[in-house]
Amino acid sequence: MASTERLLLSGNEAVALASLHAGVRLGTGYPGTPSTEILEAFSLIGGPAQWSPNEKVALEVALGVSFAGGRTLVTMKHVGVNVAADPLFTAAYIDLTGGLVLISADDPGMASSQNEQDNRHYARAAIVPMLEPADSQEAYDFTLAAFELSERWRVPVILRMTTRICHAKTEVIPGEPRPSTLEPHFQRDIPGRVMIPAYARPAHHKVRAKMEEIARWNENSGLNRIYPGDKSLGIIASGISVMHAREAAPDATLLALGVTWPLPMRMITDFVNSVDRCIVIEEGDHLLYEALTVAGLKVEGKPEMYRFSELNVTRVRRIIAGDVSPEAPRPRGKPPELCQGCSHREVFEALSRLDCIVSGDIGCYTLGVLPPFEAMDTCVCMGAAIGVGLGLRHVLPEAEARRVVSVIGDSTFVHSGLTGIAEMVYNPPPTGHVVLIVDNSTTAMTGRQEHPGTGRSLNHEPTNKMDFVAVCKAMGVKNVEVVDPQKDEAKFEEILKDMMARDELSVLIAERPCILAVPLIRKLEKAEAEKRCAAGGCAAAPVE
Amino acid sequence: MAVTNIVLAGLGGQGVVKASDLLSTTAFSSGLQVKKSEVHGMSQRGGSVTTDVRIGKQVLSPMVPMGEADFLMVFESTQVDLNLGWLRPGGVLITPDLIPEGELKNRKSLNVALLGAASMVMDFSEQEWVAAIHQCFPPKLHAVNEHAFALGRKLGAGLSRPEVIEGV
Ligand SMILES: Cc1ncc(C[n+]2csc(CCOP(=O)(O)OP(=O)(O)O)c2C)c(N)n1
Ligand code: SF4
Repeated sequence: MASTERLLLSGNEAVALASLHAGVRLGTGYPGTPSTEILEAFSLIGGPAQWSPNEKVALEVALGVSFAGGRTLVTMKHVGVNVAADPLFTAAYIDLTGGLVLISADDPGMASSQNEQDNRHYARAAIVPMLEPADSQEAYDFTLAAFELSERWRVPVILRMTTRICHAKTEVIPGEPRPSTLEPHFQRDIPGRVMIPAYARPAHHKVRAKMEEIARWNENSGLNRIYPGDKSLGIIASGISVMHAREAAPDATLLALGVTWPLPMRMITDFVNSVDRCIVIEEGDHLLYEALTVAGLKVEGKPEMYRFSELNVTRVRRIIAGDVSPEAPRPRGKPPELCQGCSHREVFEALSRLDCIVSGDIGCYTLGVLPPFEAMDTCVCMGAAIGVGLGLRHVLPEAEARRVVSVIGDSTFVHSGLTGIAEMVYNPPPTGHVVLIVDNSTTAMTGRQEHPGTGRSLNHEPTNKMDFVAVCKAMGVKNVEVVDPQKDEAKFEEILKDMMARDELSVLIAERPCILAVPLIRKLEKAEAEKRCAAGGCAAAPVE
Repeated sequence: MAVTNIVLAGLGGQGVVKASDLLSTTAFSSGLQVKKSEVHGMSQRGGSVTTDVRIGKQVLSPMVPMGEADFLMVFESTQVDLNLGWLRPGGVLITPDLIPEGELKNRKSLNVALLGAASMVMDFSEQEWVAAIHQCFPPKLHAVNEHAFALGRKLGAGLSRPEVIEGV
């Protein structure tokens, strides 16, 4: 690739291209806005990529790749890191082999998320370095740097992006490919990789020492930049805030932090001492401000009101001016709604008619909470529908308990619903329980990704298909039924009503593909049938 | 630091994001810096969508500040009032009223028709726009979009450029 080539790429596409140039052996992840397009773009340009059932498994697969000496990329949205946190915290103790970069795509302002947690906390808590690009060029450059950093110190590295980095398209001039020199092979390292207490105790000391070294390296890493300007105002910023701040205060001197953990404290101290007034511009929590204040530096933070939602140029101007007057409300557009013809509609109409107490979950079907349905009573995190529904059933008076139904999507069921079924079978409530899986053969919410229940892999090639009916039965659920809620609307409602009346454990699968996914599904099925035909198995091809 | 700010607004399924891609591609190919930003992720149709495109020699933030858009293009009449706050004094408002019902063979190409209208008061040549159409759409959609673009240029002939206000 010529180094003068100019590309207009989203941050997600830039990470994908850099991962290809870094020679990533396997990209894993679970969909989640705003991270989803990274693996899709990586696959499109020829990178090996696969969706895992959830983020924890994705990170575990990536760890295996690293132990085998391969570079590996793991992508997820901010709340996905909560799911992957268990392997992450111990992975930090381990001497990795192949470079491992975890993308945390945060969503300040909650454009498409259930909370706006600030994942910069994870770097400090899990003891891992964190890089934060400010545009697509840096997303490209920092991804390559992150692989090298990871391999050099044998630590996982988090590349933290936010919606405006992931989805904004900006110029990228790519460089030459810089693959690893490692070749995959197995090398035994028991004390380095087996985290029993005897090996984990020294490992904790070791990772702390690594972070001190990385902090020293970061003083001159080249990833933190000073934009010179007037010394009367100094600004310290990272990520997208760098761009907002440079625009809001074009004359100020600005320190743009690229590696935000561990911090280059000497560089920061010199910067603070070089200006008359120094203000920290950071989106989300007051993390950097607090770290610098604890270190005894005289810096200003932002008023509490700016902790909430995204920053932008207007808000940064206000922070610099110390303006805490109420902000003009942003235009509130029309909320999204279930597509016309979406089979979730019939499901929520039935739940509403039967006056169900709906323990809900996350996906397109969460829109069942809005009018005209208003048929969802709880929604916490992926997979919570089942556990929360069981808790309600255990404690509510019988008449109310009977009305509780857990509603969960197919992708969500695979992500974190299976352990809920285990709980239900193990600790059944006296009134039994009803779990409704709304199976639309895709992960619709995030743009229609495949998952283990669709029988197709990330790039839509056929693979093994998980059988929900067989799984539920094998786990010990007594009644398992499959109905098309659109074609057999009356039957669907009748079965649901019947299941609610029993003191038994039931799973009802409402099966009908998402109408936006149908064209692709049909095309893939046809291609599959033709392939089987060509292979001489015509009789086995399905007749439509 | 002269940056041209364009906000495109409409409803999901109307091709708002596609139109912003077309505009960005045209501007980027002409050698300028472009930043394009929107919030997406919800698959479902019908909700409000806005995207910001910023064009200039140097562009910093990818988001257009409220009240600083030189152009506001709205693809659905119910969304006009809601979005007026983006437009700066003297900026240009382009609404679907510009393209009367029935003029387009397929109302789906309204997005490209409105860009055609806007192109009359922007600084890129017709060839640059057509090249971008070829880059952004599959071959079988070239003709219909070129037609919509040409219609937009005809109907947009009466538009005037954004007023230059002191200091801008
Ligand atoms: C831990 C975590 N990972 C990812 C997401 C993003 N996300 C929300 S719902 C969902 C899956 C939706 O698919 P499905 O359950 O099949 O429902 P559908 O949208 O198809 O109706 C995803 C990926 C999230 N909210 N939390
Ligand atoms: S994208 Fe699919 S699942 Fe989501 S609302 Fe539309 S039809 Fe329903």
